[in-house]
Amino acid sequence: MITSAPPSPRERLQPSYLSDGTTLGSWLFTRDHKRIALLYLFSITTFFLVGGTAAILMRLELLSPTPYLVTSETYNRLFTLHGVIMVWFFLIPAIPNVFGNFLLPLMIGARDLAFPRLNLASWYIFMAGAALVLYSILEGGADTGWTFYTPYSSTYSNGYVVAMASGIFIAGFSTIITGLNFIVTIHTMRAPGLRWFRLPLFVWSLYSTSIIMVLATPVLAITLLLICLERLGGIPIFNPNFGGDPLLFQHLFWFYSHPAVYIMILPGMGVVSEIVTCFSRRRIFGYTFVAYSSLAIAFLGFLVWGHHMFVSGQSIYSGMIFSLLSFLVSIPSAVKVFNWTATFYQGRIRFDTPLLYILGFIGLFTIGGLTGLVLASLALDIHLHDTYFVIAHFHYIMVGGMVMAYFAALHFWWPKITGKIYPEWPARIAAVTIFIGFNLTFFPQFLLGYMGMPRRYPYYPPEFHFLNVCSTCGAAVLGLGYLLPALYLTYSLFFGPKASDNPWRATGLEWQTTSPPPTRNFLEIPVVTREAYDYDYIDSPLLADKEAHDD
Amino acid sequence: MTTEEVPLAPPEEQFVTAQQQRHAATFGMWIFLATEVLFFGGLLVVYSAYRIWYPNDFAIGSRHLDIVLGTLNTAILLTSSFLMAGAITAARLLDRRTTCLLLFLTAGCGAAFLTVKGYEWHTAISNGFWPASGTQPHGVDLFYSLYFVMTGLHGLHLLIGISLLVATSIRFLRGVSFSPNQNQITLLGLYWHFVDIVWIFLFPLLYFIGRSS
Amino acid sequence: MNWLPFPPEASSYSGRVDTIFFSLLALCFVVALGVFGLILFFCVRYREGSSAPRSAKRPHSAPIEVTWMVIPMIIFLVVFVFAGKEYAYMYSPPSTGTEIDVVGKQWMWKMLHADGQREIDQLHIPINQDIIITLTSEDVIHSFYIPAFRIKHDAVPGSYSRFWFRAVKAGTYHIFCAQYCGMNHSQMIGEVVAMAPNDYAKWEEQGHPASDMVQSGETLFHQVGCSGCHAPTATIHAPLLEGLYGKPVALQDGTIVTADRQYLRDSILLPNKQIAAGFAPVMPTYQGQLTEEQVNELVAYIISMRNAQTPVEQRNTAP
Repeated sequence: MITSAPPSPRERLQPSYLSDGTTLGSWLFTRDHKRIALLYLFSITTFFLVGGTAAILMRLELLSPTPYLVTSETYNRLFTLHGVIMVWFFLIPAIPNVFGNFLLPLMIGARDLAFPRLNLASWYIFMAGAALVLYSILEGGADTGWTFYTPYSSTYSNGYVVAMASGIFIAGFSTIITGLNFIVTIHTMRAPGLRWFRLPLFVWSLYSTSIIMVLATPVLAITLLLICLERLGGIPIFNPNFGGDPLLFQHLFWFYSHPAVYIMILPGMGVVSEIVTCFSRRRIFGYTFVAYSSLAIAFLGFLVWGHHMFVSGQSIYSGMIFSLLSFLVSIPSAVKVFNWTATFYQGRIRFDTPLLYILGFIGLFTIGGLTGLVLASLALDIHLHDTYFVIAHFHYIMVGGMVMAYFAALHFWWPKITGKIYPEWPARIAAVTIFIGFNLTFFPQFLLGYMGMPRRYPYYPPEFHFLNVCSTCGAAVLGLGYLLPALYLTYSLFFGPKASDNPWRATGLEWQTTSPPPTRNFLEIPVVTREAYDYDYIDSPLLADKEAHDD
Repeated sequence: MTTEEVPLAPPEEQFVTAQQQRHAATFGMWIFLATEVLFFGGLLVVYSAYRIWYPNDFAIGSRHLDIVLGTLNTAILLTSSFLMAGAITAARLLDRRTTCLLLFLTAGCGAAFLTVKGYEWHTAISNGFWPASGTQPHGVDLFYSLYFVMTGLHGLHLLIGISLLVATSIRFLRGVSFSPNQNQITLLGLYWHFVDIVWIFLFPLLYFIGRSS
Repeated sequence: MNWLPFPPEASSYSGRVDTIFFSLLALCFVVALGVFGLILFFCVRYREGSSAPRSAKRPHSAPIEVTWMVIPMIIFLVVFVFAGKEYAYMYSPPSTGTEIDVVGKQWMWKMLHADGQREIDQLHIPINQDIIITLTSEDVIHSFYIPAFRIKHDAVPGSYSRFWFRAVKAGTYHIFCAQYCGMNHSQMIGEVVAMAPNDYAKWEEQGHPASDMVQSGETLFHQVGCSGCHAPTATIHAPLLEGLYGKPVALQDGTIVTADRQYLRDSILLPNKQIAAGFAPVMPTYQGQLTEEQVNELVAYIISMRNAQTPVEQRNTAP
């Protein structure tokens, strides 16, 4: 993938994007995709803390079978808050809007995204949506669950449903703009020589994610709008007392929300491909298959929404079709896992922090994915639907998978983004702590689910007590694990050693710039002549000789 | 009118050529229109479900809509699309004044549409068809819920289009550099035609249920 | 599976569901172990600095890719078929059984036995008998879940859901609400009491319902005015209900539907939804005037007439 030499002396004279303007205005009115990425980083970290606090309160509450910390009412609002914030204000934007924004132009040899002003607008729109949601929370919140099922949400709930739904509606535009920007950028702004099948797999995953963002989010928009209109205007749409169909809401909602989970995980899978190759010093096994598997996931992901409705009253035959398709959609993900495994074969593996997180990802995502097969099995889903088994399943994928990929990305590209090196041993300890804490928290929940404990229960029968206590203890470890990076990453900003251009000796055009890169990324647009992940070349003695001569 | 004859402004910094920038902008607009298709599509799914469930009530609701005004509105919008296409051609011919005139006329048609639609709404509401009033059978209420939401969202999109048309027209009349920016007019045209096409779907779906019997 | 903390296998299909689950789990375990084992092996053997041979140049192999796509798919198809058949079995009630209507409402379960007995949050049933549940909700969506039976179905307002089970072990088992329904969702807990036939007979006797569901339905039928149009002697032209249940009905728009419980319910509460061919849409709606239990009773009464003959004179005098 590398072609142009490391940054020229002229390029090194350019100010980095971080020092190119130091006023608040230069950040708030920036058009630089890298600064916008940091604006998003600041936002989503804040929202992760908010959603995480709700989770801590919930797990503390669940230490007792009867509420002692908060009332049922409050608990219901807490799990709604947790879901809404984590899904729409952390998981969906995390990798695309921080790492996608930062890296996409760099990875394809461009100076910025296609529409930089739209990019900035997307952040403001995101914050506006978040403000509305936070307002609704401060006023008391909604208690509908992040799924807003009708007619509870449209007619019966006493919470701030309209405010919260409107906030999500607005934030959805940010997602659509981001997806649009990425698609146009990837299609029209690749550097000369950068054919589609030379692109880093992270770019393929962003592309597939963007397709989903652009096609699925509008359906969420109209669905939330209809709920708001029903609540505000008394216009009957989903109300069975007026002949409406509550299940219609579920079809519309899940038509978006199932693809949405692929918006959340696909970018993480792209990160895995980048890191597995770098830390085994090998080309990815089966590049074409991994690239196409991202597209396949995006496509098939639109066809399986009914698996959230196996027990809701849709016809048995619909259930059969959705179950079969749900099994099918797991195949591309399996292809990725097998290809990543094969990439380790005959590699030269280094266990730096990013790889530790990725190994955690592969393990936990695989478990989460396999339990998804259990839920896709119709007869089993009758028993397990709406129990803690489902909660464990999606947390294995989202937290065990996606959040670990996010941390992997954070550590892998930290030197490029900040120009500093983080301390390695605290980082490794944190990675292991997170892995252990995660399993202690969520594995017991598989058992709770099969035992029959339903979701969204502040009260529960005493036979579920022991495993709930185990889970909460695990959550304490997990929380500690998440705290550590906050500490040492901040430390590294002030006291960490300066990073070189390419501390990991990774392939990829982003590593051909300085750390941190200058505002304009490349003085001259590079020309690409090699395939992706050409680690044989970058590790070859020939190149080492050449570089020694250049120095 | 070939593009080589038109001097293009230097592209924005992230683009290599002005051609690339125009291509990206047009591609971006098509993707945006795709999102709008999904947006209205969701609404059409709701409509389809309820029309299958309540064919009689939908027919009753539909018969209370004024087909003359609906047809008039359709004619107005089709005319506006014709004028818009004219504006795009005039822009390609670098005829600033004609372009702006046609843009204003297009916007005017849009405004006329909204006026007629507003009158239709007023009539429907004063005849007791506002869904929350509870005076109609359930299916009729559902029909009118969908009628108000569908035409309301369409009208909102039309209003945005009108504003953009007027703003663009004024900008060009004020002397903003014309030829390098005529792609903007093409993009506006794409948006306007899309809003027109949405109406072409809405018109028969709302006005022509059960009228043949 | 008794040493695991899982619910007892108390219904006739609980065991089969568990078998499918544990088989799939074992399969997943094998796959996971395989993948993790391989990764671990590679990580150790090919760690940086190890002396393992490294010469492989080809980072792709279409045959391998196809293999690890096709084999899982075949395995999944097998799982899908087993689980799908069981699903269809659980959600297809047998043609005869003990009918019980369940109505969920915020925040309790109301059970209506055919003999007129009503229970709240408790369901007494005899073991070794097919119990057919007709489930609906009065307000928001709930979900009727008996972990020990491995059965669950959402209670959707405005529609009837039907499923069935047969208890094979006497005992008391949890009923949970499994669909979030508001403040006291987690306290909408009941219990199903499965009893040996003798015990059940005793329980049945000590309840003294004034009338069974069919009788209550008949009373209601006259009380709220149904008979004003639907009786054979009525002057208004309305569809006859004798022999209606279970038969095909031609609708005004040309389609043909089966007169099942949902059809009867919709005809009472949403009469304009499916208008029978040849009849004017003049039936008033009873929405808001009848409770769910009352609708259940009317439906039970109309079902009881399924084998009745349509009065001959009505056929001839229909305008």
